[in-house]
Amino acid sequence: MVGTLLALALFGFYLSWRVTRLHRLHHRVDTARAGLEAALLRRRTAALDLAAAGTGAFDELSEAAEAAHEAGEGQRDLAESTLSRALRTSLESHGATERWELLRPQLAEVEAAAKGVHMARTFYNGAVSDTHRARRSRLVRAFRLAGTAPLPDFFEIDDQPPRIPVLPVGPDIP
Amino acid sequence: MRVGLVCPYAWDVPGGVQQHVGDLAEALIGMGHEVSVLAPVGDAQGGRLPEYLVPAGKPVPVPYNGSVARLSFGPRIASRVRRWIAEGGFDVLHIHEPSSPSVSLLACWAADGPLVATFHTSNPRSRAMAVSSPALRSAMEKINGRIAVSEAARRTLVEHLGGDAVLIPNGVAVRRFARAEPLPGWPGEGGSIGFLGRLDEPRKGLGVLLEAFTLMAPARPSLRLLVAGPGDPSTAMAVVPEHLRERVVLLGRLDDADKVRAYHSADVFCAPNLGGESFGIVLTEAMAAGASIVASDIPAFSAVLDGGAAGELFTVGDPVHMAERAGALLDAPERRAELSVAARRAVHAYDWDTVAADVAHVYQTVLMWDGAGHGRPEGVRLDTGPRATALLHRGTP
Repeated sequence: MVGTLLALALFGFYLSWRVTRLHRLHHRVDTARAGLEAALLRRRTAALDLAAAGTGAFDELSEAAEAAHEAGEGQRDLAESTLSRALRTSLESHGATERWELLRPQLAEVEAAAKGVHMARTFYNGAVSDTHRARRSRLVRAFRLAGTAPLPDFFEIDDQPPRIPVLPVGPDIP
Repeated sequence: MRVGLVCPYAWDVPGGVQQHVGDLAEALIGMGHEVSVLAPVGDAQGGRLPEYLVPAGKPVPVPYNGSVARLSFGPRIASRVRRWIAEGGFDVLHIHEPSSPSVSLLACWAADGPLVATFHTSNPRSRAMAVSSPALRSAMEKINGRIAVSEAARRTLVEHLGGDAVLIPNGVAVRRFARAEPLPGWPGEGGSIGFLGRLDEPRKGLGVLLEAFTLMAPARPSLRLLVAGPGDPSTAMAVVPEHLRERVVLLGRLDDADKVRAYHSADVFCAPNLGGESFGIVLTEAMAAGASIVASDIPAFSAVLDGGAAGELFTVGDPVHMAERAGALLDAPERRAELSVAARRAVHAYDWDTVAADVAHVYQTVLMWDGAGHGRPEGVRLDTGPRATALLHRGTP
């Protein structure tokens, strides 16, 4: 009798440990998602700023960034991938010109923002992947430990950052 | 930003991870962050420990990952880790090799809040065992952002943990290597070739260099080799004929200052590694010193040397090709000067300042906070364990 009660109490403790872990995973997915949204927004803004400062040189960037801004739920991945490609074609194809010298702060911001999207997406998909694995467990399904929380989706886009050519005046070389 | 770094291996024993954590800490401090490093310390070296280091306790030697690692584990260490976290007030905790059974794993268990982890190992077998255990899985799934130091380390992690990691390479403290006096008597008049690395580990390729030297030596009567590194040289030296041996100068293990001088002491620096290098820290150090380099064309080296633009590449394991390339360089001082400038330029991408900025970017992504200004997140807390009420509201975080 005492043994059964003890076993039940231990099992209950184990279950609450598993639920706490699931909670934390869901929380991790939520914060990673917010981070991803912030990173995507920063990149769109950086692309628009560069296009505005580049007076005509980066028109396709502003188009792609606007499209990504306005894309509906189902099209966002496609629109953001298009922006990644637009960044690469417009920044990698023609070499750095003298005019780029004036755009140095905008270019640096685009470079950092594109890197940030890659990081944020990697971390978000990592959180989603861990959550999927945890929720596949038989115990979690049998006791409905995940409750009503929705199963998060991966966010798959082409997020390869552009390789911006080194500007003529580099850091001092000893 | 307040950053807590956790290093699993004994601080007083030289090693790649310890070096990485120390350099990262210094670069982050240089950027204006507050940094505290927690690591096992066996011998306090009379107070020569850096100011940012918090000793976690005495390490014990444990066979791990095919060699003997000096780790700290156990309830007493665990309570020190908890105290360090509770008193640190960190915005983010950055744990190195989180699955190693030392302070790293203890910190993963003890902490709740923004966690970043860097994976260094690229040994496919070590992690297989580690991740199957639920206790380890519960630690790994707390990590918000993962970093791998090389493509090989990333692949290991993807295979055994699932998910993915951001690739941020090892850095090199370019400034530390940039200038130094050559060792006395070097580089000398008749040409010299330098090598740094373990002498008795075949994959470091000393054998290839010595064979190439044997081929070059008859035509170059005063060519000398500078060989620095620990280990027993007798096996590798067997290929060198007796009368040439006095021209192979074995310096043994060098301290840090002399190591920097060694990079400046030879006309040509050689990295003849046969493979198994995921990055090539020796190569980037030589580049930071502005050495003109001859290296084997393994993928890692070819990538670091920009496909041959920042140093000559030769077919891996081929002493004839190596002798040809090194000989051509010894005869062309202008080409050496060109390569030296190109190497210094290419190594900038691996400078700790660049690398640490990327790591700080990871912190900012995880925290959604730029490290200054408004919106400072809650930071790292102690894990309070399972909550009994958690069962009542499932799925509503």
